[in-house]
Amino acid sequence: MSHSIFFGRWCTVILLLASLFAAPISRAEEVVVYSARIEQLIKPLFDAFTRETGIPVKFTTDKEGALLARLIAEGKRTPADVLITTDAGNLWEAARKGLLKPVTSPVLTANIPEHLRDPQGQWFGLTVRARTIVYNTQKVKPDALSTYEDLADPKWKQRLCLRTSQKVYNQSLVAMMIAEHGEAETERIVKGWVANLATDPLPDDTRAMEFVAAGRCDVTLVNTYYFGRLINDNPALPLAIFWPNQNTSGVHVNISGAGVIRHSKNERAAIQLLEYLSSEQAQHLFAELNMEYPANPRSERGEVINSWGSFKANPMNVVQAGELQAKAVRLMDRAGYR
Amino acid sequence: MENSYSSDKKAITRSAFRRSSRYPEDGARSAWRAVPFLIAGLVLIPVCVVFSSVFSPEDEIWQHLVVTTLPRLLTNTLWLSLGIVLGTSILGVSLAWFTAIYTFPGCRFFSWALFLPLAIPAYVTAFVALGIFDYTGPLQTSLRSWFDSDLLWFPDIRSGSGVAIVMTLAFYPYVYLLARNAFLTQGKRLLEVAQSLGLNHRQGFFRVALPMARPWIVAGTMLALMETLADFGTVAIFNYDTFTTAIYKTWFGMFSLSAASQLASLLILIVLVIILIEQRFRLRMRFAENKKSARIERIRLVGWRAVVVTGMAGTVLFFAFVLPVVQLSIWTLDSFADGLDQRYLEFVWHSLLLSALAALITCLAAVMLVYAARLHTGISTRLAVRLATIGYALPGAVLAVGIFIPLAWLDNLMSDWMSILFGIETGLLIQGTLAVMLIAYMTRFLAVSYFPLESALQRVTRSIDEAAMGFGVTGWSMLKSVHFPMLRGGLFTAVVLVFVDVMKEMPITLMTRPFDWDTLAVRIFSLTSEGEWEQAALPALTLILVGLVPIVLLVRQTET
Repeated sequence: MSHSIFFGRWCTVILLLASLFAAPISRAEEVVVYSARIEQLIKPLFDAFTRETGIPVKFTTDKEGALLARLIAEGKRTPADVLITTDAGNLWEAARKGLLKPVTSPVLTANIPEHLRDPQGQWFGLTVRARTIVYNTQKVKPDALSTYEDLADPKWKQRLCLRTSQKVYNQSLVAMMIAEHGEAETERIVKGWVANLATDPLPDDTRAMEFVAAGRCDVTLVNTYYFGRLINDNPALPLAIFWPNQNTSGVHVNISGAGVIRHSKNERAAIQLLEYLSSEQAQHLFAELNMEYPANPRSERGEVINSWGSFKANPMNVVQAGELQAKAVRLMDRAGYR
Repeated sequence: MENSYSSDKKAITRSAFRRSSRYPEDGARSAWRAVPFLIAGLVLIPVCVVFSSVFSPEDEIWQHLVVTTLPRLLTNTLWLSLGIVLGTSILGVSLAWFTAIYTFPGCRFFSWALFLPLAIPAYVTAFVALGIFDYTGPLQTSLRSWFDSDLLWFPDIRSGSGVAIVMTLAFYPYVYLLARNAFLTQGKRLLEVAQSLGLNHRQGFFRVALPMARPWIVAGTMLALMETLADFGTVAIFNYDTFTTAIYKTWFGMFSLSAASQLASLLILIVLVIILIEQRFRLRMRFAENKKSARIERIRLVGWRAVVVTGMAGTVLFFAFVLPVVQLSIWTLDSFADGLDQRYLEFVWHSLLLSALAALITCLAAVMLVYAARLHTGISTRLAVRLATIGYALPGAVLAVGIFIPLAWLDNLMSDWMSILFGIETGLLIQGTLAVMLIAYMTRFLAVSYFPLESALQRVTRSIDEAAMGFGVTGWSMLKSVHFPMLRGGLFTAVVLVFVDVMKEMPITLMTRPFDWDTLAVRIFSLTSEGEWEQAALPALTLILVGLVPIVLLVRQTET
């Protein structure tokens, strides 16, 4: 029966190969992180943490939605200790689904301002991402700019570029506007934006700024670190940052943050990691890695970020971004913001 | 599995002996009958998980979708699907016909080079196309400075037709590969027959060769269509709203995985209807062509015809392969220093290992499926076999969750038993193993290996089996000496398609990979999710080069 031998051999080979890569059962002191922050923007911090404390960090990256679905499916045996996301909305959703554990840590409460963390202590902001106006310096005078809401004014007709509403950054911006103005007024504003668009919404912030620089439109809304990266690569681009809403609610900020998983087997080390990430040293590293604003107000911001000047940020708790996100998405659908 | 395989042999032998018998059931044969149900069952679990979402009604979201975006999404998806079906079949079939039947300048080169775009993920073609042809790209920028105008009349690539063109260029190789397979083995012969009946080349193509190649063409087009319906990467780059973007928006934006799954279920139903319709049409036809055609002189194209054909093949190859690779190379040179590290070898090795194992397992399952379907033509078997291939039309991330949930459930169950029986807490055992990934890939890519094999097996007619048995060749030796040579082309095609597709796959890989076990596709994901498309050039280029290896092998296999 040569064929069954042949086939059996294949099975053995496959099983052998599979077992080679089987997950080892280890219960040593280590922290397992599910991260929506991509490897390049988080691994250096884990490495620093391991150097500092001797605790190794194991991590995997994926999109937030997939990570949450995974945590739910794995249930009480999940290997994960910490969840890291790039927005407040998904942390709020994770907390709502009962995936996170409330943490009381004097270090975290001292390091992270109140409006950047969950009131129950289920998650903490680690970096601040400011969504601001970027304009073409050859076509727009900064005193013509004032607020996000003003971009709905007909004077910006055919002059506005926006990133797609598919992106969570725009969803939280609109969610925060709903919190401030209510739905009806926000819908009017978003409709105004859509009417002012010079071209279909763009796939990412960088592309939107390139369109502004090329003169296809005059203003756009972006997260500052994208601006930092683009200018870093092409310092000659005629682009500048404008801080909107300085006389009203302040610049819209979101967070990249983390929480401890409810079924974590390693709560102590997990909290230790979070505390480390909120420390001035780690916060400085965050700012250096990706030009994001440190959440810890005592931390150094770095030269590049300081060169953009200081601004008044929206003091509303970022938890609103999560609570109102689904509403915001629907509102943008209704307003025809794709 | 071993059992079912040896029962295969018996089943074939017996089925052949009992062809005329009215009572064909016996133990081995019914065991074989169970195979498609087993495989289909395994593959259908994730689909069922997705479908189970209908039990958690999301009326509010549906109401919202129906009054706001759904009508536009459906029209967008419909137009895009039509565009892809037309585009890939016209491009794929005509190129396959030209390279299989005629000689023209560059004919030998094009016949294999036109496979190459298969190695480029559609999302890569998409971001390269945007990088070059969009408003801020080098083309429009230089045109603007030459003409000193704002150039607003320039066709916008971020449009429905832009997406359709890019996807056609990315997906036509499916049709090309399969149609060429058909034409190479039967085209010239058929053309001869047609000529003997007094038809000219064109009539011979349209009235004889094309209808005879239909299963292959339909199979290729189906793959392209299902890939289009499941695609998120490409349409996201173009910000072109389709059904899939709505699925993701509902899931990630409105935090409703169940509404997203319901949308995905609807998508599956649509695909199912298409499959059933196609199946009904095909039932009425028999496709039988027996052997590799004799080496007939190719027909030489001269004059303007040769120019047109060479020009067309060259244009397709340029836009679908040369341009993306050149642009990626330029970007790679820009960011070479900070991108390359020793881990790249690891990424390449992981990608290769996964793709090879997944191709092997998936094709094995597909072989069992096609044989089961051949032996049992009953409606339930046919349906089971068809259902087993449906995973390909589901958006990857949705399918990934559908796979992950039952596996995690099983894992938890096993650990529960372990702690009850032995009092030890094992944690999750199978999660994060390669086995999980391979099962997941099989679920997704069974269609990719099934379609080429199914078309190939249609060649092996009952009368061939009977003739073989007349010579005393039965069972395993019939499989080996009669079936295998006839299936070889299809099998090779299937293996290569799965290999390359697994290499490009993202969401399932992301979700099921073990810790610290990244592949090239994962690398591309982490660079592009921050919008740094140019930074992703290095892994993208590496992925293309690695993906070329099996394609070149395929070419050597089929072209010699």
